Amino acid sequence: MSLLEVRNLHVAVGGDEILKGIDLQVNVGEVHSIMGPNGSGKSTLAQVLSRRETYQVTNGEVVFDGKDLLAMKPEEAACEGVFMAFQYPVEIPGISNPYFLRSALNAIRKHRGEDDMDAMDFLPMFREKLKLLEMDEKLMNRSVNEGFSGGEKKRNEILQMAVLEPKLAILDETDSGLDIDALRIVAKGVNTMRSPSRAMLVVTHYQRLLNHIVPDFVHVLVDGRIVRSGGPELALELEAKGYGWIEGQARRIMPASA
Amino acid sequence: MTTAVQQIETYLESFTEFQRSALGGNLVWLRDLREDAFALFCKAGFPTTHDEDWRFTNVAPIVRTRFALATGGAPELTDSDLRQWRMGTPGVELVFVNGKFARELSTFNAVPAGIWISVLNEAITSQPEIIQADLGHYLDIRRDPFCALNTAFAEDGAYIRIERDAVLEAPIHLLFVSTASEQPLMIHPRNLLVFGDESQATIIEEYVSLGTGTILSNSATELIAGEGATVSHYMIEREHKEAFNISTLRIQQGRSANVASHSLLLGGGLVRNNVHPVLAGEGGECLINGLFIGEDRQHLDNYMHVEHASPHCSSRQFYNGILDEHAHGVFHGRIVVHKQAQKTDAKQTNRNLLLSDDTQMDTKPQLEIYADDVKCTHGATIGQIEENALFYLRSRGIDETSARKILLLAFASECLERMKVGPVRTHAECLVHEHLLSLARHSVRRDAGERAESGRERNWEEVG
Repeated sequence: MSLLEVRNLHVAVGGDEILKGIDLQVNVGEVHSIMGPNGSGKSTLAQVLSRRETYQVTNGEVVFDGKDLLAMKPEEAACEGVFMAFQYPVEIPGISNPYFLRSALNAIRKHRGEDDMDAMDFLPMFREKLKLLEMDEKLMNRSVNEGFSGGEKKRNEILQMAVLEPKLAILDETDSGLDIDALRIVAKGVNTMRSPSRAMLVVTHYQRLLNHIVPDFVHVLVDGRIVRSGGPELALELEAKGYGWIEGQARRIMPASA
Repeated sequence: MTTAVQQIETYLESFTEFQRSALGGNLVWLRDLREDAFALFCKAGFPTTHDEDWRFTNVAPIVRTRFALATGGAPELTDSDLRQWRMGTPGVELVFVNGKFARELSTFNAVPAGIWISVLNEAITSQPEIIQADLGHYLDIRRDPFCALNTAFAEDGAYIRIERDAVLEAPIHLLFVSTASEQPLMIHPRNLLVFGDESQATIIEEYVSLGTGTILSNSATELIAGEGATVSHYMIEREHKEAFNISTLRIQQGRSANVASHSLLLGGGLVRNNVHPVLAGEGGECLINGLFIGEDRQHLDNYMHVEHASPHCSSRQFYNGILDEHAHGVFHGRIVVHKQAQKTDAKQTNRNLLLSDDTQMDTKPQLEIYADDVKCTHGATIGQIEENALFYLRSRGIDETSARKILLLAFASECLERMKVGPVRTHAECLVHEHLLSLARHSVRRDAGERAESGRERNWEEVG
């Protein structure tokens, strides 16, 4: 069943066109990876799908779970089941992690017509997820991401994902800046979340992460277009040959004037 | 237009009338105190923006208005009129209506031995010598004409004396209610709070209004903390948005006394909040904590004047401001370290969050250091709500209004968390929560149209 359908998506920032016609279909249960060199538009795609308003959609449509995703505000998309793990998680001084997460969870539950989860029920579940991400409980008494190391911030993103249980999880360069141990923990968290009722979009520059989170499909994004799609072997090929190889191919297919 | 001279004449009429009928008129020292103060006020006149202390605050709207002294009995108010402002704690609550003490609305529950709670005009007649020893000894009526004016009309207000070693757990709530009236009213509440050595107490001075009459509340509080006394003072301003409120808290701290001044400015149209502690004994500690939240055309001016007059004292000033619409905020942090005040440790921080492009914030540190072995630091920041943080919260499912409220609350809670856990903090938290929710709703509605074009990026500006 199709969960996400992106059709001919064109996106601009401040007049510059970044995405130049993306087509992508993701079914539930699938893990897709979007790979591409810096500046190819990977993060833009992730941000547009999580409804960041600084991007202008100039053409195309996105259907998520049968609904028009582009008509949604960020909070509406989140309540419908879209989650993005940020490339650069934001520090929010003065707000504790459990308070923040419980507010988010209850906003989503309310949208689904479910009752609020009180602190008594929330905390045991929260502790369980902390263990999964091998995170220190003490860290959780601090403000959201405040004073966290790069690896702790990324783990905190996956922790939030584990608590909020989205239908579509988008990982925006979650591997950047992670050492191998942190990468392993993050990947374990993500793999635990793989499920026939959930889809994932793993945005990355390097193939490294895909050794741990093996995708069903790989798409290569160059200059705002998906120039190649394939199975996990495509990532390995890219790793071996480098982006220059595929950029060269892309140029031959689409002349610079395009 | 009223000229300055006509203006003073109006006050002269009021003053002459006041001196005829005021309590304690038979006491020479009190007559002199009032007359000297009035003479000082006449000589100085109202401050203008040419005065350095009043550079950012124009009191012309006060000068232009012909205020009358509230006379006669207090308007009839009932318990139900006041219910919304009651603290609901078991302590003492003194209610003043248009500056006049309203005994029937006040409560004097559970006052332990060693604690005297009264009103100034009664104390003046019943124990004049004791009052004479403190009243007017600390307030600087030469520097501030409003303090002079207050002293000239000093009659009603709270008089609290806590004996040595006495501890009062429940806070004392001083509630000043102004009501609508036909003509502009002025009130000059004068509080005298004397804390004996090693005593402990909490005082809340709260200003509220019933109806929207033009009112000038020009209050002055002399707070004297003896050796080792622990005192918390709260100033809560939540009058209507046309009210003028000038308040001065003058703190005199003895050796090792620990005083906290918390200000919460939510209401009022033109507000000037003066806090002037003098650390007169060795080893004193003073916390000056404030939060001001302005919208519409509110003008909220915080003038801090911290005097270190003895060695080994520490002072901490933390003021956070949130401004929306056309509000104007001022933070003037003056620290004076006298020559003998070696090993002074003084710190000052002012952080401001501006929610609209039409707000104005003036922040000014002023350090005068005459000792050579001191530690004094100051810093100020002015910024906006971070769009990144807002998006982060929203991307997790939290709606925009709630997300804004969460961020505002996080900013405000820096100040709330410095208040000791207890009924007053709970009271303050409730007021701030309610206020910030309405502010958040408001800014979401307003911003809905003007956004989309370009996301405002993080923009903190160091100004100190």
